[in-house]
Amino acid sequence: MSSYIAKRLLYAVPVLFGLTIIVFLIMAMIPGDPATAILGSYATPENVERLNRQLGLDKSLAEQYWIWLGNMLQGDFGRSYSLNRPVLDEVLERFGATLILAGSALLLCSILGLLAGVYSAVRQFGWGDRLITLFVLIGISLPSFWLGLLLILLFAVEWKLLPASGMYAIYGGGDLPDLIAHLTLPAITLSVVATGVIARLTRASMLEILRQDYIRTARAKGLGERRVIARHAFKSALVSVIPVIGIQAGFVLGGAVYIETVFQWPGIGRMLVQAIATRDILLVQGGVLIVAASYVLFNLLADVLQHKLDPRLKT
Amino acid sequence: MDATILEAKQLVRTFGGGRTLFGREKPGVHAVREMELQVRRGETLGIVGESGCGKSTLARMLVGLDSPTSGDIYLEGAAMDTQSARQRHDLAKRIQYVFQDPVSSLNPRKTIRASLEAPMIHLLGLDRDARRRRLDELMDAVNLRPEFLDRYPHEFSGGQAQRIGIARALAAQPEILVLDEPVSALDVSVQAQVLNLLADLKDKYGLTYIFISHDLSVVEAVSDRVMVMYFGSVVELAESESLFRQPRHQYTKLLFDSVPLPGKRGVRGEDGLAELPDPLNPPKGCAFAPRCAEASQQCREAMPPLNPVVDIQHYTACYHPVGTGPQESQNTRDQ
Amino acid sequence: MSGKQKNSGRPTAWRLFVNNRLALSGLVILSVIILLALLAPILPLASPDETAPAQRLIRPLGDGYLLGSDHLGRDLLSRLLWGTQVSIAVGLSATIVAAFFGSLIGLVAGYAGGKVDNSLMRGIDMVMAFPYILLALAIVAALGPGLMNALYAIAVVNIPFFARNIRGVTLGLARREFVDAARLSGKGHIRILLTEILPNVLPTIVITMSTTVGWMILETAGLSFLGLGAQPPQADLGSMLGEGRKLLFTAPHVSIIPGLMIFLLVMSINLMGDGIRDVLDPRLKSGALSRPMAKTEDARNITPGNRDQKTGTAMEVMNLRTEFQVGQEIYKAVGGVSFDLRPGECLGLVGESGSGKSVTAMSLLGLVPTPPGRIAGGEVRYEGEDLLGASLSRLQSLRGGKIAYVFQDPLSTLHPLFTVGDQICEAIRAHQPLGRAEAWKRAVELLNKVRIPNAERRAHDYPHQMSGGMRQRVGIAMALANDAEILVADEPTTALDVTVQAQVLKLLKELQRESDAALLFITHDFGVVSEICDRVAVMYAGRIVEVGSTDQILTRPAHPYTRKLIDCVPVMGRREKRLEAIAGLPPVVNRLPAGCAFADRCEAADDDCRKGELLLEEMSDRHAVRCRKAKEAA
Repeated sequence: MSSYIAKRLLYAVPVLFGLTIIVFLIMAMIPGDPATAILGSYATPENVERLNRQLGLDKSLAEQYWIWLGNMLQGDFGRSYSLNRPVLDEVLERFGATLILAGSALLLCSILGLLAGVYSAVRQFGWGDRLITLFVLIGISLPSFWLGLLLILLFAVEWKLLPASGMYAIYGGGDLPDLIAHLTLPAITLSVVATGVIARLTRASMLEILRQDYIRTARAKGLGERRVIARHAFKSALVSVIPVIGIQAGFVLGGAVYIETVFQWPGIGRMLVQAIATRDILLVQGGVLIVAASYVLFNLLADVLQHKLDPRLKT
Repeated sequence: MDATILEAKQLVRTFGGGRTLFGREKPGVHAVREMELQVRRGETLGIVGESGCGKSTLARMLVGLDSPTSGDIYLEGAAMDTQSARQRHDLAKRIQYVFQDPVSSLNPRKTIRASLEAPMIHLLGLDRDARRRRLDELMDAVNLRPEFLDRYPHEFSGGQAQRIGIARALAAQPEILVLDEPVSALDVSVQAQVLNLLADLKDKYGLTYIFISHDLSVVEAVSDRVMVMYFGSVVELAESESLFRQPRHQYTKLLFDSVPLPGKRGVRGEDGLAELPDPLNPPKGCAFAPRCAEASQQCREAMPPLNPVVDIQHYTACYHPVGTGPQESQNTRDQ
Repeated sequence: MSGKQKNSGRPTAWRLFVNNRLALSGLVILSVIILLALLAPILPLASPDETAPAQRLIRPLGDGYLLGSDHLGRDLLSRLLWGTQVSIAVGLSATIVAAFFGSLIGLVAGYAGGKVDNSLMRGIDMVMAFPYILLALAIVAALGPGLMNALYAIAVVNIPFFARNIRGVTLGLARREFVDAARLSGKGHIRILLTEILPNVLPTIVITMSTTVGWMILETAGLSFLGLGAQPPQADLGSMLGEGRKLLFTAPHVSIIPGLMIFLLVMSINLMGDGIRDVLDPRLKSGALSRPMAKTEDARNITPGNRDQKTGTAMEVMNLRTEFQVGQEIYKAVGGVSFDLRPGECLGLVGESGSGKSVTAMSLLGLVPTPPGRIAGGEVRYEGEDLLGASLSRLQSLRGGKIAYVFQDPLSTLHPLFTVGDQICEAIRAHQPLGRAEAWKRAVELLNKVRIPNAERRAHDYPHQMSGGMRQRVGIAMALANDAEILVADEPTTALDVTVQAQVLKLLKELQRESDAALLFITHDFGVVSEICDRVAVMYAGRIVEVGSTDQILTRPAHPYTRKLIDCVPVMGRREKRLEAIAGLPPVVNRLPAGCAFADRCEAADDDCRKGELLLEEMSDRHAVRCRKAKEAA
């Protein structure tokens, strides 16, 4: 197993490498002169030229990339001009908040999705199944940013049960209950779509598996139905659902952009939107890279977990 | 009659292998391990073997669907080059293939007409009228009603679909048909219909058959000569009659003794496990030696060559051929 | 299983779609929305960009504004319809772009395979390594905000999704034999890709498009919501929502209405997408996706209750009938089968595919999947008890206990994720109160008993690590776990090579003799029958047509079908010039003829054979036949 993890980690290196190339190329696509973009259209030609040299833009694209990569590996992600602080500091600070939000949403959608999917499959065509199917359908069709607004209107404005925005209360907050109160609405909003997707897939794969020959064998052995479903069918279903949970992590991390904007959550998504608005390219670069890298690592985790469950993948 | 039409020399096919990123040699699966083959014009050469013996790989190489890792195949003395599209094209006019699974060998979204016309258009370049005549002739030859032409594959039973598969193979007017387990997917009552049809077609068009099967009874029923394969090599090759009268290779003997026959009891089951050697790492000597009661040191060290035993037409690759007396096997064991 | 569906009466794709009420309602909603959006220029609406500062933030239904107005006094209804138009156009275009490029990459990668596939898929993996929306954000950040840029971004981000889906399907198709056949027909690669593969991939492309178009509309709306998509004065639903958000507390309708529209739009598309998928996906079409119950449904008119069974029998089956209902068609897979099984004997059930032999075996303990299967009549008696009417818990105590099964293909019948030792343990502990360690010890003993070398170590193996022969031994060990009185073996050697089959047959014979269990052995091979069976029942079209001792059946077959079935198989060592083929095909079990089902293929049949009900009548000592002519001759 550990050799597999090592191999998988090794395999992640070129992927991470590729990520940096893509991010670099996208940023190089920016039309016009970045120096002018940074300095504004009133900059003097001398200043533009000086900045260009400073940014290394007089060199070839490949050279620029190597310099950029080298700097990053040393922890130098550049300086955000709009915030006037090192990009890495800002990104890491924001990333913690995003991790709390996305992590709890992912946990929520995995548990709810699996439970709903299994229940739905076992009670196929029953009332519970129909209800879940309906909720799933609504869930995957809802614009999450709109759902967030509705929830704010209901829970924060109408019923005044939960705070509408932020991560902690401005005065006197900062403890765990306060965090949970602030986290509830955004985490639920963020998990709705992913819950739907996971539930739907779990249901489908449970139904598929329950038709397999080895389930008939389990029944022919005289096993109780509960054991057949909970042990034999569920384990197989998990093998096909885990990669999907991995993919959903990407949707949740990406979806955080909307939710953080709606709920004013001080995470990396909101930072990115602001950075794009102010054309703070270095900040965008840093943010995208960190989130993407964490996603790669998460998928690695999902992969390892899948390998642990499915012995066939080992060879 | 005895002229060789198709010949293979030192044919090898290895899957995978090559080198890793770091230059280490990766093990490859040895599907066909250096074998010779000669097919005579007008005969039916049966090839038998169990799963993993390489018979299907061999079949695919013979029709150009796969290329040998090394070695050559000659069609009437001319070496085939399956890498060249032009040559493959010419080859397809002369050698055709009948697949094991008749339904899966027909495109589910094409009518039978479209499937049958494809070789006439692309290989023979027939015009519309010529195609229509040929279609009628073909459908008649395989005993199918012409109105079936406009139906789709899922509307046919296995036996009917296999007739269509045969008709398609014949559409290009080939000289040689490679039949890869053509009746294994069929029910026994239909199997006989198809086997009889194949016999009729052979007479009618003067075809040469290479008939591959795992079913010894079927192979005996159709073949003039039979080749027995084990683990990628030919272990025995003889006239059908001679082979089924007296198998010489220890593996062939085991194979024959394992076939359950109606009205007879007592198949011979080995006591050990009937496992093949590791195809990634084939043994030095005879691949059957680990399962063979007669195996000697020599068998484990060197691959026995394919030589005639008793009868000049009966070849076997065994140091201790069946029925050659203990004297001889004693001698070889002493060496 | 005889659930093979012919084209007879298969509804068209459109009919299937319309029959799906959810999909139809999706289609209706979507049509209404599209129609309204398209009619926006002709409808008597205010211009969407016309501001009226005096009429700001009017609530819906107020003052000539059906849906109210926004912070600049613009008519929300008008803006909504125009915005919908933009959103649909953008979402659809993004889908088409993504589908085109994604499918192209997928087709090429899947068909070419090898290095091309590898490098293309590595590239796709790179793109997929980004959390979905993040890449779109980065692209928009680079290109600058704007609707077209958002469209490109969303399209690019979705290309991998199409590429992977299409590649998967193509890869499967490219290995299919019909592609080889096309190659041998002289077609070149491009022609094969376009005329052989593409038509088969098209449904998947359509399914993928219909299931992603809603998603793409959502995502472009999202970008606009963040202010990165449509720029004022141009507006799509997302940007309307984004503008409205600032007024959430004072005028919620400005944001709620466009959000609702997005929701309706996306939901109707998703409903329709599901409908399209159900119609195009052949697996769903057969109705096979319903979950089989733990026990076959008992749909008999009368439940016979318990009574004494024939003395000296381990099991007595009387007039068993099992049906499958697929759509309106009823397939009578087993149409009245009777036999009895004595302790220590081996009864062979012989027939071709579709003869109902497997379904008979599965019916005994309710293992026929419901739906579509159900028991339509008859009795199965074990110790006087009617098993067809037994409760699930009673059946579970018998299954794998007193009555155990050995199945055909040991790779698909063993659970791939558990070790073989574990699976045998489970079988033991389902019936015996043993601890795990003890059960494990017993499992290893069983593996030894079926002659698996190194049983102790092999018990820790997973099924895929074993050869076919070994897996079948595991299957047999599992069936022996609880000293069964009756073993049901469903073609246990069909998937095996001859030499392995010989071993497994020998093993089964020995074990059965040792345990004195009754063995019901299902096969299509008379060679195997004479090797292992004491008596044989020959099945045709769901019924037993002849039953007798193995010797009687093989040397003096009375039914013409039995005779022909034996004659049409070549026998090694007895080469014949020409085989006795049976003309024609067996009847389909949803349209069985009256009288003898074999009459149409029988040379001796006359008009009387095609009438009435034929009985399985005893001719001599325990040799019975269902044939008028044979009866007359006897």
